[in-house]
Amino acid sequence: MSKITTDLCIVGAGPVGLFAVFEAGLLKMRCHVVDALPAVGGQLSEIYPKKPIYDIPGFPEVLAGDLIKNLEQQIAPFHPTFTLGERVEDLEKLEDGSFIVRTVDGTEIACKVVVIAGGLGSFEPRKPAIENLEKFEKHGVEYMVRDPEHFRDKRVVLAGGGDSALDWAIYLAGLCKELTLVHRGTTFRGAPESAAKVLSMAEEGQIKLILKSNVSEVHGENELEAVTVMVDNTTPHRIETDYFIPLFGLVPKLGPIENWGLELDKNAIVVDTEAYSTNVPGVYAIGDINTYPGKLKLILCGFHEAALMAQSAYNIVYPDKKFVLKYTTVNGIQELQ
Amino acid sequence: MKDAINIYVEQESGERIELEAPLDMNLSVMEVLKANEFPVQAVCGGMAICATCHVEVLESGPLPEMNDDEAYMLETLPHATDSSRLSCQLRVNPELDGLVVRIMPEA
Ligand SMILES: Cc1cc2nc3c(=O)[nH]c(=O)nc-3n(C[C@H](O)[C@H](O)[C@H](O)COP(=O)(O)OP(=O)(O)OC[C@H]3O[C@@H](n4cnc5c(N)ncnc54)[C@H](O)[C@@H]3O)c2cc1C
Ligand code: FES
Repeated sequence: MSKITTDLCIVGAGPVGLFAVFEAGLLKMRCHVVDALPAVGGQLSEIYPKKPIYDIPGFPEVLAGDLIKNLEQQIAPFHPTFTLGERVEDLEKLEDGSFIVRTVDGTEIACKVVVIAGGLGSFEPRKPAIENLEKFEKHGVEYMVRDPEHFRDKRVVLAGGGDSALDWAIYLAGLCKELTLVHRGTTFRGAPESAAKVLSMAEEGQIKLILKSNVSEVHGENELEAVTVMVDNTTPHRIETDYFIPLFGLVPKLGPIENWGLELDKNAIVVDTEAYSTNVPGVYAIGDINTYPGKLKLILCGFHEAALMAQSAYNIVYPDKKFVLKYTTVNGIQELQ
Repeated sequence: MKDAINIYVEQESGERIELEAPLDMNLSVMEVLKANEFPVQAVCGGMAICATCHVEVLESGPLPEMNDDEAYMLETLPHATDSSRLSCQLRVNPELDGLVVRIMPEA
């Protein structure tokens, strides 16, 4: 369990959360960014990394993935710190007006200001409907491959037919004792090279490929011991295995944000447009997660909201200093040490 | 010619809610569901890349063929059945009159 102290804790590492680091950095405020996903970028990295975006000022065209890379570069001088792969579960307001932000894995972030840039909510794995699946989570059932080494010399059953299922099947086959890929279809979505590679590895016996099938049951005492694969929807086939990894993509869920005592309207946080503050003093909400009359869910609008949020947060972080607006051209970008 | 058709959404209780879908606005079934405040996230806005508009077709006349994107997406979903469709890929047209769908729970 780690403990972090910072000025602003930003929940969500989408484009808006990242740009908030820049706006805060210009005003000499430190940021810690938390995201449930193992990588930064929010919807742009998760849903459409290869799509061009045309409405970012100064970029006639930019790929979503490149925009995120540029944002990372733009905020680097401010040395933000990150907790990735952990969902924020709860916010506690202390008597002195500061906050403790807690993640599912017990990381605690003490901060003066909380900025929720949670977009559509945290991206959670899409789970197949298998009885008792949850009982084996962390005991043989995983929904992400965080560290491939974890699976070295083990037996692994992967399920899914998208890019990540294909990529991990190819990668893990070289590492595992035995790798089985179960796919409900007969063709593969995803990069044609990866699909071709999986098929050729299956022919050479490096991957066991079971098409037109679903994993229907999981078995074991405390740890996962085997899965049942329903072949052609009719014939059950038992496979002894150490791990079962269903990879069916991610779905955004508002999740814990609902329970933080914030005023909501249709799954979005109601804000005052003067500074994008919420009904809880010291908590701001910017980007797709907020709502106000005229709200547009665009990256550009989130960037604007981040700028106004930072001006207001400054008064909380530095209550005794008077804020004087200066353009970046006056001082340049001064790194936070 | 009629200027709208009817689409039905079957609830868990079995009750069917009737929706009117105008024919002249080039809407998708997903947009009709959203306009009627059904809990469809449709994160990708109809690009067949998120599957958060997944429905099961319970009754219908002939439906338009699936394009590759839709077929691949459905093939990779854990809850998909043989009658699954992405509602964003179904355009409202006279042939869809009387369509009955169930909104699929995702994840
Ligand atoms: C297909 C598609 C195309 C688009 N094209 C454009 C375009 O061309 N131009 C444009 O301006 N906009 C476009 N958009 C909209 C744009 O993607 C969003 O407006 C933008 O992503 C919002 O950024 P955000 O940072 O607010 O949220 P997001 O990008 O959604 O990021 C939010 C992050 O917060 C994290 N999070 C949420 N809750 C928690 C929690 N409790 N704990 C930890 N982490 C949490 C999530 O995991 C996520 O990574 C498009 C959207 C889609 C789907
Ligand atoms: S809205 Fe995303 S697939 Fe239909």
